[in-house]
Amino acid sequence: MPLAHHDSYADADIRRILKNVKTIAMVGASPNWNRPSYFAMKYLQHKGFRVIPVNPGAVGQEILGEKVVAGLKDIDVPVDMVDVFRNSEAAGPIADEAIAIGAKVLWMQLGVRNDEAAVRAEAAGLTVIMNRCPKIEYGRLCGELGWHGFNSGVISSKRRKG
Amino acid sequence: MTEKNFSYGFETRSIHAGAAPDPSTGARSTPIYQTTAYVFDDVDHAASLFNLQTFGYIYSRLTNPTVAVLEERVASLEGGRGATGCASGHAAQLLALFPLMQPGDEIVASKKLYGGSITQFSRTFKKFGWNAHFVDPDDPENFRKAITPKTKAVFLEVLANPGGVIVDVEPVAKMAHDAGVPLVVDNTLASPYLCRPIEWGGDIIIHSTTKFLSGHGNAMGGVVVDSGTFDFTKKGKFPSLSEPEPAYHGLTFTETFGDLAYTIHGHAMGLRDLGPTMAPLNAFLTITGIETLGLRMDRHVQNAQKVAEFLEGHPAVSWVSYAGLKSSKYHSLAKKYLPKGPGSVFTFGVKGGYAAGVKVVESVELLSHLANIGDTRSLIIHPASTTHRQLSPEQQTAAGAGPDVVRLSIGLENAEDIMRDLDVALGKTVK
Repeated sequence: MPLAHHDSYADADIRRILKNVKTIAMVGASPNWNRPSYFAMKYLQHKGFRVIPVNPGAVGQEILGEKVVAGLKDIDVPVDMVDVFRNSEAAGPIADEAIAIGAKVLWMQLGVRNDEAAVRAEAAGLTVIMNRCPKIEYGRLCGELGWHGFNSGVISSKRRKG
Repeated sequence: MTEKNFSYGFETRSIHAGAAPDPSTGARSTPIYQTTAYVFDDVDHAASLFNLQTFGYIYSRLTNPTVAVLEERVASLEGGRGATGCASGHAAQLLALFPLMQPGDEIVASKKLYGGSITQFSRTFKKFGWNAHFVDPDDPENFRKAITPKTKAVFLEVLANPGGVIVDVEPVAKMAHDAGVPLVVDNTLASPYLCRPIEWGGDIIIHSTTKFLSGHGNAMGGVVVDSGTFDFTKKGKFPSLSEPEPAYHGLTFTETFGDLAYTIHGHAMGLRDLGPTMAPLNAFLTITGIETLGLRMDRHVQNAQKVAEFLEGHPAVSWVSYAGLKSSKYHSLAKKYLPKGPGSVFTFGVKGGYAAGVKVVESVELLSHLANIGDTRSLIIHPASTTHRQLSPEQQTAAGAGPDVVRLSIGLENAEDIMRDLDVALGKTVK
């Protein structure tokens, strides 16, 4: 039974998450500069987030100045949000690790959705977003996505902050 | 999480979507960003932009802040994910098909299209190895019959220029989707106020914004809107979108950008390499026009209905093709797809054939004899001697542009004045 409250999200909720989160663990971050995860990590760093790459296949390397760790439990600072750049099936065990390390937000990328994992994470008190990209959502809500002709859905008579 | 997003009505989005006060000055009207290029913060920022890793402006051939307001506004009004603005409606047709087609591929198109589109498809696109097959849209089954494994798009005008023809979009969309290809709909004559083809299964919507969207006959432009819901990765039919792109170091648009892929490709490949950019001034004039779209379309439709009824009863007129008339065979389709009215562009037949048609267009005093539609001013043309001149007599008749046909684009003047002007001109054909 799909969770209806994950078919769409209120802009206000997405804004609050992106405002309160400081440190993101990106599971599946790639050291290849032309992969989507690298694009997202670079953008989020530029917007002031600390992004810690998690990728067992790239342990020991650095991505965009951050040391790659093998798993969430190997991160020695508090993690606000776990961003899942893996497939929907892999999101299950990652959700359990996110609960174990006390993350506040579990975010699954565009195309990734695992409702069972979402149920467990929400039961543990995490906020869950699925099938969205934090880079695209950040760009949409701050007006940057509109620079490229996209329908942001945002109507406001206030000046946009850069 | 309990909050909900507001959904704003069409009229509100016509004025506000895409636009916000200028971040630096607070200017409330959208500034005309009359610039070719944009400074980079540093080389890393430049690299991020060139690699499509971040959002931002590089060069106005690809993106421009004034044009971007227009793009977002039309995307919002059509209910799409994103849009690509361009220099004209013809450019929009080129840009819409560019990500879909390879040499040797085919497009199945309605034969009830603007004559210039038929010429573009059948002659110019042929030079790219894109082969168009035209079908009579009155029987939707004709589209299915013409689809082959090489077909990459189905194309139609929902409200067709010039002749008051309406195409039954819904079954055609299903046929296109069954074949794994998108339905491209030219919605120029209806505008999103009268019809939103995405709601009927359309995947890509194009406009000549030169017409009703800008609305004042003062700005050339086109736009391509992507619904964001068509899956371009299926069956490997669309390698431009779903396979690594050498021009961006092997990036795959659908993988990297998800449902933004088609529109990003439209800017980063289409506008970059084909070059038909919309001018910022034209974008400004067009977004200003769109602010009053709903008001204008209501009046266009009211006036068109009055003029069509008047002509239907005129002794010098042999027939009127306007879907708002009960006599039109498209009347029931008009009720379904265009409940607020079937636009204001239609044709009528003048008794006396080619010579009488020429006489009418040369005799009007208020209506303007010119090759455009969708203006505040009422416009008139004799397609066989002008817009459809490049077509063969058979193609002219098939496109609803035979020798006796006069096309009108009814404007926003006083309807009595428009009818009197036509009455005087028609009187000269029988003397």
